[in-house]
Amino acid sequence: MNGDSKKKIVKEIKIDIDKCIGCRACEVACSAFHANPKYSSINPARSRIRVVMDELNNEYVPILAGDYTPAECPGRHTFLINGKQYSECSFCRASCPSRDLFKEPDSGLPLKCDMCESDPPLPEPMCVQVCRTDALTYVEREEEVKEEEVSEDEVEIGLDALIDKYGLQKIEETFARMSLAKKG
Amino acid sequence: MRYAETGFHLEIDLSRGNIERVASDPRSTEIYLGGQGTAAKILWDRVPPEVEPFSPDNLLIFSAGLLVGTPVVGANRTVVTTISPRNDLYKDSVFGGFFGPELKHAGYDKIIIRGKAPDLVYLWINNDKIEIRDATHLRGKGAIETVALIREELKEPKAQVATIGLAGENRVYFATIEHLNASASRGVGPVMGDKRLKAIAVRGTKDLNIAHPAELFEICSRMYQEIYDNPRCGDALKYIDEYSLEWHLNNFAWGNARERRKDFWNDEIAKKYEESEKRVRVRGTACYNCPKDCHHVIAYPGRSLYFQKCYSELTYMMAAYEDRDFNYNIVGLTQEYGLDGYSAPQVLAFGVELYNAGILTDQDLPGFPSGNGERFFYLLEKIVHREGIGDALANGVYYAARQIGKGAEEFDHNTIKKIEQVPLKLGMINYPYFLMHATGEKMNITQIEGSYPQAAIPDRKEREEYVRQWDAAPERFKKYFLEWEPREHPSIEAAVNIVDWNETMHYVDDAVGICAFLSSFTGQWGPKPPYHIYNLPKLISLASGLDLDPDKLWEIAKRNRNLIRAINVSRGLRRVDEKPPADHWKKRNPEMEQKMLDAYYEFKGWNQDGIPTKKTLDGLGLDYVSKEFIKRGILKENDGAPS
Repeated sequence: MNGDSKKKIVKEIKIDIDKCIGCRACEVACSAFHANPKYSSINPARSRIRVVMDELNNEYVPILAGDYTPAECPGRHTFLINGKQYSECSFCRASCPSRDLFKEPDSGLPLKCDMCESDPPLPEPMCVQVCRTDALTYVEREEEVKEEEVSEDEVEIGLDALIDKYGLQKIEETFARMSLAKKG
Repeated sequence: MRYAETGFHLEIDLSRGNIERVASDPRSTEIYLGGQGTAAKILWDRVPPEVEPFSPDNLLIFSAGLLVGTPVVGANRTVVTTISPRNDLYKDSVFGGFFGPELKHAGYDKIIIRGKAPDLVYLWINNDKIEIRDATHLRGKGAIETVALIREELKEPKAQVATIGLAGENRVYFATIEHLNASASRGVGPVMGDKRLKAIAVRGTKDLNIAHPAELFEICSRMYQEIYDNPRCGDALKYIDEYSLEWHLNNFAWGNARERRKDFWNDEIAKKYEESEKRVRVRGTACYNCPKDCHHVIAYPGRSLYFQKCYSELTYMMAAYEDRDFNYNIVGLTQEYGLDGYSAPQVLAFGVELYNAGILTDQDLPGFPSGNGERFFYLLEKIVHREGIGDALANGVYYAARQIGKGAEEFDHNTIKKIEQVPLKLGMINYPYFLMHATGEKMNITQIEGSYPQAAIPDRKEREEYVRQWDAAPERFKKYFLEWEPREHPSIEAAVNIVDWNETMHYVDDAVGICAFLSSFTGQWGPKPPYHIYNLPKLISLASGLDLDPDKLWEIAKRNRNLIRAINVSRGLRRVDEKPPADHWKKRNPEMEQKMLDAYYEFKGWNQDGIPTKKTLDGLGLDYVSKEFIKRGILKENDGAPS
């Protein structure tokens, strides 16, 4: 393996569940920030952060929307918290076919936290800005990452998935059309 | 497009099982704002004075305030409006939590319930899909337990639930509507029980639109920090040092509002109380979109996890002369039953007094225990089941005293308009408080007082400094406050204005759904309440698009105040009913009190019987009220008209 080393900024929202008071201001702010036009509507169901609440068992867990996943998990773990059993789904951040969490309520399209990337950039993501109890805090750190050369095997895995989904014919056609366009 | 509100009501007829989604009139929002105001208009139009509280024609209205669901911090309150069996008058009660925002996102500003279900049902509102569902399996279930059962049954952990407990089902007059960390009290619960509506569950995933979003959000994002940092707002018992446990314990009366124990608090008790808190308090939690964690989550052995709020932290133990642990224990039960934490302790203490006085005997109370605490638990069961003597006590102190007779009436000494009041037994008459107690439509001082400080500042310099910082106050109050020396009575002019301002702010809050702990109840603790008459108009305008300024907002509050007054006047409320408990103050001045009342009525534009004049009503655009009053002979044609 060879490759150059490169500096990368890793953005992270740290969650301290003991500090969460369950006010859901993060949901309000997130949905406002991502509304189009910006702030024009409020809807926690569109928020990319959710406070999973089970008031009767004293659980308040903010969860940020993660990646879309096309399939359900093969098996699910369970957690026992304060004597109550929760499915792994309860605290999962994926937008997945088995539940409506982290999907646009109208279209069903997946939602994903984008750390409020915008131009000009925000000092901190919106949810962190409104979380006055510091259950959510923002951390930026520089990490040295080695840029690894991508092997053909790895490209193949990605292409395989696309072929599975759309069929070889479609991919070939798309590839040909894109090659032409790129090469002019 | 409608902003801040959805523009739709949900009309539910439980007798016929009919469900309708009805567009509301945007003009109504301009005139009455929303929440309590628009609900009062519906009540005036549709529930004439002939309709009794337990008639199917009585309405039970749940209204999310105008700003609820917008980014305005701490705007999360739902107001429940009805005619209550407590005294056959208008009643409303506001509760925070998460119900109102969820209702808005489901697409409704109000749920208007009429009729009576044939058997116990609950309402499931899931965006556009509404169901009236069987609730017979929830009969007798606790208000906390019911939330868990409904969420499980619907497979919707995010459903927000408002429910009655056994007390509501059995139409106990002081039953509440519970919503985990908040509740609606003051006599709205029994109407829900009478309609055989066990609960309402809501889930909403729709957008709520904002008129001027970027500008509003900019202000609101600053408000989170401001409210979080402001030590003079939030639940008084949690945040305001000098109104903490010690103050309540030393100043409020124990037993059936009987006895003040001025020297109760000491270091030993402080330590003991701290220990009992440590044993049961799990964490603090907030209402929707507010950074104040006002509610203590309580884990008491053998009880469901529950939320302790405000003064019910002490009411039961003080009424029973018991300790802190007793209070934590019994509230775990009374919240399941769904009982008003102000009224219930006094009814229980009243029962104990009647027994000690020999008016209630062992025949009425077979196996009555000897300890006060045990007696409270005993009576509680009788009341919520309406068993034996509990059937009378379940109607509250006023009616129970008259049903029991044998001199029990003498023990009904702390009610106004048939409703149990804050157990205060004070020395010298306080005129603004006299007026608020006597004339307030809310019939509970905590829902009327709050903008003007309760005590004068002795030091002139400090007073000046206070006034300098006082953004919340209109100029005249700065003048009154500067002139106010400790132990002095304010002038008649000052007194009527103070009362007017105090209640005006509540009428604003209860229309827009802002928590009183951030606004109308909070000004008394310092010059910087987060919300006040000068910053609210802009927030309301930015959210809703309404054209408002402080004068216009004040005018709307005045209109709502007069409309609610009118509902009560049409139901027979008159000057003769407007008096505080006889023993509330030791030193009274009947002549001055009546002068104050005269002046207050005049200031309000009411006649000397407390009835808004034609001129006042017409001036506020309430000419439909004055017409009705003249038709019913309540006002004469020329009353108040220019001569």
